[in-house]
Amino acid sequence: MKRILFALLLSAGITSASMAQSAQYEGAMTKQIALLDDYNNFNPEKLQELANTFERIGAAEKTQWLPFYYAGYCNVMHAFLEKDQSKVDAIADKAAADISIADTLSPKNDEVYVVKSLIASSRISVDPQSRGRQYGMEAANWQSEAAKINSENPRVYILQGQSLFYTPEQFGGSKSEAKKKFEIALQKFGTFKPASSLAPHWGERQAQHLISQIK
Amino acid sequence: MWRKINLNLFALIFLPVCLMAQQKITGKITDSKKKPLPGVNIAIKDTYDGASSAADGTFSFTTDLKGEQIISVTLNGYRPFEQKINLNNPQVYNIVLKELISQLNVVTISAGSFEASDERKGTVLKPLDIVSTAGAGADIVNALKTLPGTQQTNDREGLFVRGGTGYETQTFIDGLLVRNPFYSGLPDMPGRGRFSPFLFKGTTFSSGGYSAQYGQGLSSALILESQDLPERSSSSVGVSVIGASVGVDELSKDKKGSYGVEADYTNLGPYLDVVKSKFKPSVNPEIIGTSANFRRKTSSTGMLKFYGYGNWTHMGTYHPSLEYPGYNELFELRNQNVYTNLTYKERLGKGWRISSGLSFSSNTDDIHTDTLEKTAPTKIKNLSSLTQARVMFTKSIGYYSSLRMGGEYQYGVENGAFNSYHANYTDNYSAVFAEGDIYLTPQLVGRVGGRVEHSSVLAKTNFAPRVSLAYKMDAYSQVSLAYGDYYQKPEQQYLRFKPNMDYMKATHYIASVQRITGNYTLRVEAFYKKYHNLVKTSPDTSNGGTGYAKGIELFWRDHKTFKNMDYWISYSYLDTKRNYLTYPYEVQPDFAAKHTFSVVYKYYVPSITTFFGATYSFSTGRPYYNPNLPVNKFMTQKTMDYNSLGLTVSYLTSIKKAFTVFVLSVSNIGNFKQVYGYRYSADKLRREEITPNIPRFVYVGMFMNFGIDRRQDVINNL
Repeated sequence: MKRILFALLLSAGITSASMAQSAQYEGAMTKQIALLDDYNNFNPEKLQELANTFERIGAAEKTQWLPFYYAGYCNVMHAFLEKDQSKVDAIADKAAADISIADTLSPKNDEVYVVKSLIASSRISVDPQSRGRQYGMEAANWQSEAAKINSENPRVYILQGQSLFYTPEQFGGSKSEAKKKFEIALQKFGTFKPASSLAPHWGERQAQHLISQIK
Repeated sequence: MWRKINLNLFALIFLPVCLMAQQKITGKITDSKKKPLPGVNIAIKDTYDGASSAADGTFSFTTDLKGEQIISVTLNGYRPFEQKINLNNPQVYNIVLKELISQLNVVTISAGSFEASDERKGTVLKPLDIVSTAGAGADIVNALKTLPGTQQTNDREGLFVRGGTGYETQTFIDGLLVRNPFYSGLPDMPGRGRFSPFLFKGTTFSSGGYSAQYGQGLSSALILESQDLPERSSSSVGVSVIGASVGVDELSKDKKGSYGVEADYTNLGPYLDVVKSKFKPSVNPEIIGTSANFRRKTSSTGMLKFYGYGNWTHMGTYHPSLEYPGYNELFELRNQNVYTNLTYKERLGKGWRISSGLSFSSNTDDIHTDTLEKTAPTKIKNLSSLTQARVMFTKSIGYYSSLRMGGEYQYGVENGAFNSYHANYTDNYSAVFAEGDIYLTPQLVGRVGGRVEHSSVLAKTNFAPRVSLAYKMDAYSQVSLAYGDYYQKPEQQYLRFKPNMDYMKATHYIASVQRITGNYTLRVEAFYKKYHNLVKTSPDTSNGGTGYAKGIELFWRDHKTFKNMDYWISYSYLDTKRNYLTYPYEVQPDFAAKHTFSVVYKYYVPSITTFFGATYSFSTGRPYYNPNLPVNKFMTQKTMDYNSLGLTVSYLTSIKKAFTVFVLSVSNIGNFKQVYGYRYSADKLRREEITPNIPRFVYVGMFMNFGIDRRQDVINNL
């Protein structure tokens, strides 16, 4: 009897603690994601700070994949913005470490694969001649893996479009093909419903921006 | 720092405790040189509370937490820091983060070696550099001839390094010796390497002082590491003025295995109809090549690889006779070459690794020649085969140190026939080696090892000690020293007739300084090499030869100063003399030039997706033997200086779904006269220049690839 009571007490305690945690989690995440959505924060210093915050939330929560997902996303965006090419690999490594935790917590997740694709792309700029082929292909592989899981995810089409957009035509890129991909992405945004208010929802603005650059 | 924390503890104990709802935590993060670190993640461990440090390294945050907690401080590239803290007081933390020892700032042994690898950071070259050198024609050895230490010896087979002959450089694929790394060719022509640079993910060219893992090369080792699984399946087609090739590479569905087959056909006949060669061909030069590979991951860490290669060559020339003016001499060659290599690698646990391999190769040269007598053609037939097994165990010790040990066995058959006269021998060669890379600190490494070898045909055993030392002065610079003894069996053509000779021996001493930053590489290396027991053929065949080589070499590479442009410059000064073969005393040998200089230049124009590449090489004249001079003037005359300028232009495009590249490549574009030496008639009255058979080669080709963008490879192939 004592033992049952104790167990009940314990589980009640856990529940209330986790409910409190959950409210804190929602609040903190909502705030940070809002900061991330603010285009003014899209610079290396702010992205690193956001990544740090997401990592702290992830470390406290332990079971949520989203904080590590966002930490990885912030880090990879930082890698893209970094001007000193000798630092890019270390930042991409950090992003990869974050995203591999997210991958463990939430296996076979198309959003995680989207970031993996971004990480591969971010490494190309360090040495395009030597790396273009290897990492370009790795990025494409993650895009197709993500599409296999969820072909409705608009971010997959944004990545595909971006690859076509930034690759010179002679290397297999095409602005007109890129435009088609961005159009599909925008169309998917119309129907795409994020799983929750915290779930990934970035990309629509990027797609619109790039499409406006194609005549 | 400790004092600081102690002070805080003092404050904690003696100051009146003021209980506040929220506690403020502030501080500053610096590195060990007191430089502020921005972007550091400071957190109360496993809670939301924390902050990132600002540009001046300072941070500040508040927390509701109380009592004992752990503060955790992390930054990419630095050792994570954790500390117990008590949150009942305002806290000031000044924390010093220690830089993490990453691969980049750990010293590696580098004296004497140039490594091209994507996997290791801080290498001087990338694998692509090996193949994107204009005028090298996708030949590994030709590309290496733009590096310091090498000679522009383009009239004979092999890589001539630091006063050594071509025979003194050995080639290894995945640790296994390659008996015939070059195509059999015609006299006075450079031997082209048999293996495509695209087979290899890593290439290490050592111009001396190399590891005890490798033996039987007096001067140099070319160490090639084969590719693993391809990224995806693909097929390719190539057409050029001299031939065509097709290939398929198939990655299995589970992505754990792959196979590939390739075939190529080369015929220089049509080309030589348009552009005349110096010597009239007796047959249209023809090469048929095939290769197959199979690779399989046997576990997450295990890898089994097979590579097989078969090649048939037929070529010949008429050479105006020096002995009998007005007559032509014939030299015609048929060559068959088979090379196979099976390797297996696996981790065995507890820091142990195994890498093992088996290899069989066979080479037949069938030569018909009337060079020697004005009679019926002489038939020369050389058959060599090599069967070998090798195993090596590696044990990691601590973070960086490791121990290697292993052994190898080679069974070599060398059959030679001269008309009906035969001279054959076989050799059982075995060797064991052990070597340790010992890191005294991450910045200081010593390599100590040795190798014991036995050859049955010589019936002798040798012991070769090897030692190197490298010290890293800062993130970019290091100094290295190397010493070692190197033994090699005399060349087959001497051993065939006199089996019980001794090993030839060379002792190397090397000192080098290098600085590699993201933008440039600078390397200066000095060496001294002492030769013992070189083969003498006059007055009779013996090990009585001696010699030395010393010199200083420079390498400079810059790929950041100018956009889209990359170049490197090599300079070698060589002072060498030797008394070998028929030499009467020590002189500068006829394959060695005092000064050698190369510039490799690469430029990409994105708007027209076209690559331009140029390679210029220069060397001072080489000595040649004039029999009309008295013996005290032996080898005192020198040829003219050597100049060569190669140019490559490649244009990238797409045709339907195929990635396509068009290539134009011209060797010796300035049509500089190149004289490698002189040959005298037996009566010493006439002489001929030794010059290239095709002084300038113009190559036009097109390559298409389906499924994988390999255009980059193709451009670099030229």
